[in-house]
Amino acid sequence: MSDIAARNAALRQPWRSLRRQREGAAFGIWIFLGSEVMFFGCALLTFAVYRSLWPDAFAAAARETNITYGTVNTALLLTSSLTMAAAAEGAAAGLRRLTLCCLAATVAFGIGFLVVKGFEYQEDITKHLVPGAGFRLEAPQAQIFFAFYWLLTGVHAVHLSTGIGIATVLGIQAWRGSRMLASPAFEALGLYWHFVDLVWVFLYPLLYLGGRS
Amino acid sequence: MTGLGEERPASTAGIWRATLPVWAGLMVLLVATLVGAYLELGRFNLVLSLGIAVAKAALVVVFFMQLKRPDPLLRLAACAGLVFLAFMFTLTYADVLTRAPPTQPGTVMPRSIPDRPAAGQRAF
Repeated sequence: MSDIAARNAALRQPWRSLRRQREGAAFGIWIFLGSEVMFFGCALLTFAVYRSLWPDAFAAAARETNITYGTVNTALLLTSSLTMAAAAEGAAAGLRRLTLCCLAATVAFGIGFLVVKGFEYQEDITKHLVPGAGFRLEAPQAQIFFAFYWLLTGVHAVHLSTGIGIATVLGIQAWRGSRMLASPAFEALGLYWHFVDLVWVFLYPLLYLGGRS
Repeated sequence: MTGLGEERPASTAGIWRATLPVWAGLMVLLVATLVGAYLELGRFNLVLSLGIAVAKAALVVVFFMQLKRPDPLLRLAACAGLVFLAFMFTLTYADVLTRAPPTQPGTVMPRSIPDRPAAGQRAF
């Protein structure tokens, strides 16, 4: 199929050109990400307020998180962003092999993150870091920290799982040929994936790096 | 031309040349923030780690999320959320940081322990 024909096949109603379709998709995702910024922003603001009220208890609680798992997961996510960016660029350039390989790598890194997170959750539970009766730390405010820990990492994991699901579907569609590489969906997925990465970039210093010095 | 972004890299090697340096920068920042967390900087540990997080976010947003492309609509949309965040943080802290101290403990204590009488101790 020629380049022009491939682009026409990727064009959908109501767009008159692939360029506008692509910009529309990116704009839509950015608006959605704006709502996500507000969603995570509210939780982070509440965390920041409690942290400024009880800095010592929060530092002591942050020391209890596993920095090894956290750092490995940060590296995994940042690397998944690299492969996602390469996949989106590859799709735009019509490079099928690069797109498919990089999408697969992105999904693999994302699943790797969730696996590491699972081990970390297991360790947290056995260390009695779940807020409630029998909590490990004495300071009651440390439970607030861990309430945020579970909420923020849990919601982030849900977002990441969504991204993994979409990436898998797009990868299969591209592999079967039912979705043209010129489709703006790859770039839209990339924007979402990078945003989920960005959320973790801020969760990592707040949840894992506090109270280490 | 189609206007679909002809300035983008068109080859596999070109794509890796454009993306790998960004990833390398992100890894350097990750190591820096990890090392920085163990330095004795007092309250500046948080400033350092959040500063590095902002630098990482800038790398991702500009290069991976393509805001380096001169597309004003997308740049504005990306900034809209940040403007809202700025207002929300400013207004919230304008309240929290100026509240009379005795009103703090009773209102924000976790419920797992009995309420303490307001002791008048400062939260900050």
